[in-house]
Amino acid sequence: MSYSKNINLYIKVFLIITLLATNIKAAEECFEDTSRAVFKFNMALDNMVMEPIAKGYNKLPSPIKKGTSNFTSNLGNLLSIPNNILQGNFKQLGHSIGSFAINTTVGIFGLLNPAEKIGLKPNKEDVGQTLGSYGIGTGCYFVLPILGPTTARDSIGLIADTFLDPFAHVTIRENEILGTSGNSLDYYSVRGTEVINFRAKNDTNFTSLKNNSIDLYSSIKSIYLQDRENKIKNSDKDADDDDWDILENKK
Amino acid sequence: MKKTITYLFIINLLLHTAVQSYSSNPKEFISELVNDAISQLSNNNLNKEQKASYIKKIALENVDINALGLYTLGELRKSADKADIAKYQKSFEKYFIKSLTSRLSEYSKTKFQILGEDKKSSNYTIINSKIVPDEDNQEIKIDWRVFTKNPDKPLIRDLIVEGLSLARTQKEEFASILSSNNNDIKVLIAKLEEFVNK
Repeated sequence: MSYSKNINLYIKVFLIITLLATNIKAAEECFEDTSRAVFKFNMALDNMVMEPIAKGYNKLPSPIKKGTSNFTSNLGNLLSIPNNILQGNFKQLGHSIGSFAINTTVGIFGLLNPAEKIGLKPNKEDVGQTLGSYGIGTGCYFVLPILGPTTARDSIGLIADTFLDPFAHVTIRENEILGTSGNSLDYYSVRGTEVINFRAKNDTNFTSLKNNSIDLYSSIKSIYLQDRENKIKNSDKDADDDDWDILENKK
Repeated sequence: MKKTITYLFIINLLLHTAVQSYSSNPKEFISELVNDAISQLSNNNLNKEQKASYIKKIALENVDINALGLYTLGELRKSADKADIAKYQKSFEKYFIKSLTSRLSEYSKTKFQILGEDKKSSNYTIINSKIVPDEDNQEIKIDWRVFTKNPDKPLIRDLIVEGLSLARTQKEEFASILSSNNNDIKVLIAKLEEFVNK
């Protein structure tokens, strides 16, 4: 069996396992010991590579950081367009299309964000969120090397994103859309910059979390799951926790 | 004359160390408290210890640390030994103050604005606000879960930063520690003490 056939088999087995696991409750782990080991590896990588890069990035002039953030965010809108259609969220679809069109043209290839000034604020949508909006459960939680925290549902979404994202089509798959084409390097450069930008923006928060957590692995797991829950609901409000009321009644 | 001077000195001392009381209206309470905190934490005349002592004072007076401790303990609060819960509460309070001091010192140069309020019940009001750290950073939305059972003395029970509840994060962190240690509250207390003493 050739190497590529093996890879395909592994991917299929992985997808079947993760699909079967989607009815597991969010807080449950797929393989906690392995995830903790991967998390440790990711943290070491963060300390050695990402943190120094993020700190250096934060020293860049504000307009450069803002322009970079706008540019990657604008390309990120492309993935939101098909996902908004799949979710039937046509108001957000208008925001995504309008924002991408205005920022790519008036905003000089997305370096500026004039769309925001006219009230266009698209939410970021991906396949994991779309599956969540269909009522598919998160499945179990685990940590991927380099990519970080995920769930069974979100990992399937991550793979599906590359098939749905127009930017991935013109770069990774080297297809031409409206006369635009690119290569894998373009895709990974943009995604890499997006990660650096996110890490740099959250440098203070992340350091604070590292310094104040007794179990950083669990804190990040909780934050990840809360964040995904909010994104699926398109809300920035915490879900009401009945435990506060139960606590009050017991007192 | 000497008596009068002593009397005036004591009055002056009391006035300066008196409990800073904030409005009983949840919205005004948060606004006054946060603006006071920003002003104190950005005051260059106060040293690190004075700022830490100020944070401890406002936390003890305005945050419902006792309830927060019970909430973060989760289901175990129902079955654990009362003496162990009391020990846990003491350790949790020290842990909370130390953690809060470390977090707040990073957010001193900020502008604060109340956006609205949402009265959930007679016990809880959520105050929506935002902080703008500095020109380089994005504004951050913060919701405050204010416990209003005693209408004269509102207390903060949770902070929800960009939709992420700090209390829930803490509860899930503690739950993980407990589940890996046979739900032994003593292990959690030891971990809290270890954090406080490091």
